[in-house]
Amino acid sequence: MPLLSLERVSRDFDVSRPWLNRMLEHEPRRVLRAVDGVSFEVESGETLALVGESGCGKSTVARLIVGLYAPTEGRVVFHGRRLQMIFQDPYASLNPRWRVRDIVGEPIRFLGTGARVEELLVQVGLSADDGDKYPHEFSGGQRQRISIARALGGEPDFLVCDEPTSALDVSVQAQILNLMSDLQSRLGLTYLFISHNLAVVSQVADRVGVMYLGRMVELSPAGMLFSRPRHPYTRMLLDAVPDLGMSGKSRTPVRGEVPNPLAPPSGCPFHPRCPHANDRCRRELPEFIDGVACHAVAERRI
Amino acid sequence: MLDVRDLRVEFPMRRGTLTALDGVSFSIAPGEVLGVVGESGAGKSITGLAIIGLLEPPGRIAGGEVRLEGERIDNLPADELRKLRGRRIGVIFQDPLTSLNPLYTIGRQIEETIVTHLPMGETQARERALALLREVGIPGAEARYEHYPHQFSGGMRQRVVIALALAAEPRLLIADEPTTALDVSIQAQIIALLKRLAAERGAAVMLITHDMGVIAETAHRVAVMYAGRIVELGSVREVIHAPRHPYTVGLMGSIPRIAARKGRLVQIDGAMPRLNAIPRGCAFNPRCPRRFARCLVERPDLLPAGTSFAACWLHAAA
Amino acid sequence: MILRRLWEHDLAWSFRRSPVTIVATALTLIWVGAALLAPWVSPQDPFDMASLNLSDAFTPPAWDEKGIGRYPLGTDNQGRDILSTIMHGARISLGVGLAAVLFALVLGVSLGLLAGYLGGRVEAIIMRIADVQLSFPAILIALLIDGVARVALPGDRHDELAIPVLVLAIGFAGWVQYARTVRGSTMVEKSKEYVQAARVIGRRPLAIMLSHVLPNVMGPVLVIATIHIATAIITEATLSFLGVGVPATRPSLGTLIRIGNEFLYSGEWWITLFPGIALVVLVLSVNLLGDWLRDALNPKLR
Repeated sequence: MPLLSLERVSRDFDVSRPWLNRMLEHEPRRVLRAVDGVSFEVESGETLALVGESGCGKSTVARLIVGLYAPTEGRVVFHGRRLQMIFQDPYASLNPRWRVRDIVGEPIRFLGTGARVEELLVQVGLSADDGDKYPHEFSGGQRQRISIARALGGEPDFLVCDEPTSALDVSVQAQILNLMSDLQSRLGLTYLFISHNLAVVSQVADRVGVMYLGRMVELSPAGMLFSRPRHPYTRMLLDAVPDLGMSGKSRTPVRGEVPNPLAPPSGCPFHPRCPHANDRCRRELPEFIDGVACHAVAERRI
Repeated sequence: MLDVRDLRVEFPMRRGTLTALDGVSFSIAPGEVLGVVGESGAGKSITGLAIIGLLEPPGRIAGGEVRLEGERIDNLPADELRKLRGRRIGVIFQDPLTSLNPLYTIGRQIEETIVTHLPMGETQARERALALLREVGIPGAEARYEHYPHQFSGGMRQRVVIALALAAEPRLLIADEPTTALDVSIQAQIIALLKRLAAERGAAVMLITHDMGVIAETAHRVAVMYAGRIVELGSVREVIHAPRHPYTVGLMGSIPRIAARKGRLVQIDGAMPRLNAIPRGCAFNPRCPRRFARCLVERPDLLPAGTSFAACWLHAAA
Repeated sequence: MILRRLWEHDLAWSFRRSPVTIVATALTLIWVGAALLAPWVSPQDPFDMASLNLSDAFTPPAWDEKGIGRYPLGTDNQGRDILSTIMHGARISLGVGLAAVLFALVLGVSLGLLAGYLGGRVEAIIMRIADVQLSFPAILIALLIDGVARVALPGDRHDELAIPVLVLAIGFAGWVQYARTVRGSTMVEKSKEYVQAARVIGRRPLAIMLSHVLPNVMGPVLVIATIHIATAIITEATLSFLGVGVPATRPSLGTLIRIGNEFLYSGEWWITLFPGIALVVLVLSVNLLGDWLRDALNPKLR
């Protein structure tokens, strides 16, 4: 049985203006579908990564899983012990008025777990007497360690990590990624890892899901996704990653921008930017079959 | 084109003076893109701000000199500097919204910059502004000419800022994290655009970024900064493939690359020192895996290391 | 050690650099001291009818040739020593001001916190009431409440309850500013990740509001409160001047100015002038203190 499964989960946000303005200006209600019919499963002990550009719905999926949002349609089923979350912004994710001891101790006190603050701090690479300090006395990387310690205080078996290193410098990012991988093997954690950075994802993920405009467009084992990407969007993303090796290999130039999610294109949401789009793509939404949602792939055109 | 010698920037604070930049020297040739890379707090943005005279008080240039086409610009009065920015130096910041006035159409802003700095009439200026917008890849430039900044997406806005920075044919372009706020697919487009424009116009470009990938794609030479100093300076290929300073070695190792399998990254332990606690000797010595006695007491200057330069005693001629 | 840290604190530093603030603080402290200690240090007890000597009425200040040394600032129409009445009056003015501000603060902060955190209908109702109230001048609202209380309470009870009614009236007229500010900062804090982290742990909304959000929205509230003390004292003085404030048997600064006003044209200027100066100095020093606090707490101006 998978530890977590999402079954055709969708989430709408009401982005209309206040009631009075709508009445006076005869505006209709406006609904943004941030996540649209997403299904996947996460097995115990693995790392599933979700990648995509801003507005693709990956952070909303993270929040649906930990219960910060309720799904509009579909359901999220969790069979494990407990979920915790690590956030993106190390400066906003710790209450500036609380001592580290109280921040890390909050899940312990509230959930009644047997964890100990000092041990948690040491476990994430801080010192036991850092508990007396306030968050502003720490650097971004150290704050992210505190955030991890707090999540571990809830004794979770599943950690949702929403861009945990994208606000950090590369050398600090390496420290945090290594720490997370150590913790995973030591504590047998399962990760859902959200990131926009494909290189980071390739270092941590067992499987990778690619999202575009609220939909899952490809979901494959990491090795396969990075060596043989199938969906045209995945290929485009991989081509856009700056080439540190400076091999000078030729790449397809990236075209266009992500469309406005309030007015998504007809048919396949990627068709306006896709080099392989045909009439069917413009008309018809592709089914998610065998790990990819693309007509061109299904018809073996690419 | 740009020549910076021994630049030193200080911030006089309540509890003593912080030295944000110390002995920074480099030059950029016409048509060349120099990447300035470093982690937050390394002083890369301050270098850019010091050159264009936009240091936030109480920060001030405390030593050294900045020359643009041979002429000193670090001691110019404020209004001379203002004329210089826009005319001979174009600036692109990370957040395009800070460079655009939300109350004017983008066409009018570009036109105004052209009329202020170049001997052109209104019609000519409009022609040129339109040409610029087309050149930076804004579809339907005529229609978008009358649009306000908020009507553009992030990527399009950054294109407008680039058009604005290029409006008066500057000789030097300073771009501070121009792609950081953008999605990867847009980032690739902006990098390609900057590269093409710099090459076509023969302007010198100083590209400040924390992203080595952007540098690899765009720059010819790169300066690596650490704790307010340049620790390595060399051609991009050399610095990326054969880094000479232990910090650059660690930095390159900690950058994740697309790999078909999971792996552990090289990591540099510890963190960059704060400006008020820079260690004696080499600033990197507490984190350096190859330090020896001399590193603890004496601060190295840039020394020749292969075809590059590195501020590291490992490269001192024995 | 603790004193040393206090001395080096940013606030202490900005305090030492502002001579105006030091003077304002000294004046405020003198006022608070005089008000608190009035029963013991004032030359006369102006409320003790037995100690009053009607033949001493209308004595001019001591430096006037008709002045008497016992009454340094002269006496009023009932022979009360002006200096003593000012000290006792300040006691009432400050007391009413502080109590009214406290009431407005508690009411406004609670409503603002609820509106900002819960949003939706609760927010709409609270903020529309605030909007409506803002379209009336504060003095009018205070007059209205005071008037209602006068009608509702029997005449003899009213004098007894005059001060509590005044406190409620002035306080109720001032809650909107707190509610608006707190609602705004609550909405900002609520979207920060530390609040989401607390929600993931499973803490209830009320607990999050009180333990996480409240400490982070109090900064601007303290600034408003300081400046509001000055406004509340003025409102009280205005009401008392109009004769609807505190009873004449327990005069505040406003009452004293009103009493003196009747004799201004007959040449007894000191009865109204000295309480007037006292009021201006008190309000000015509290205001200056509030301005400094606002600048010192504003990171942009630092």
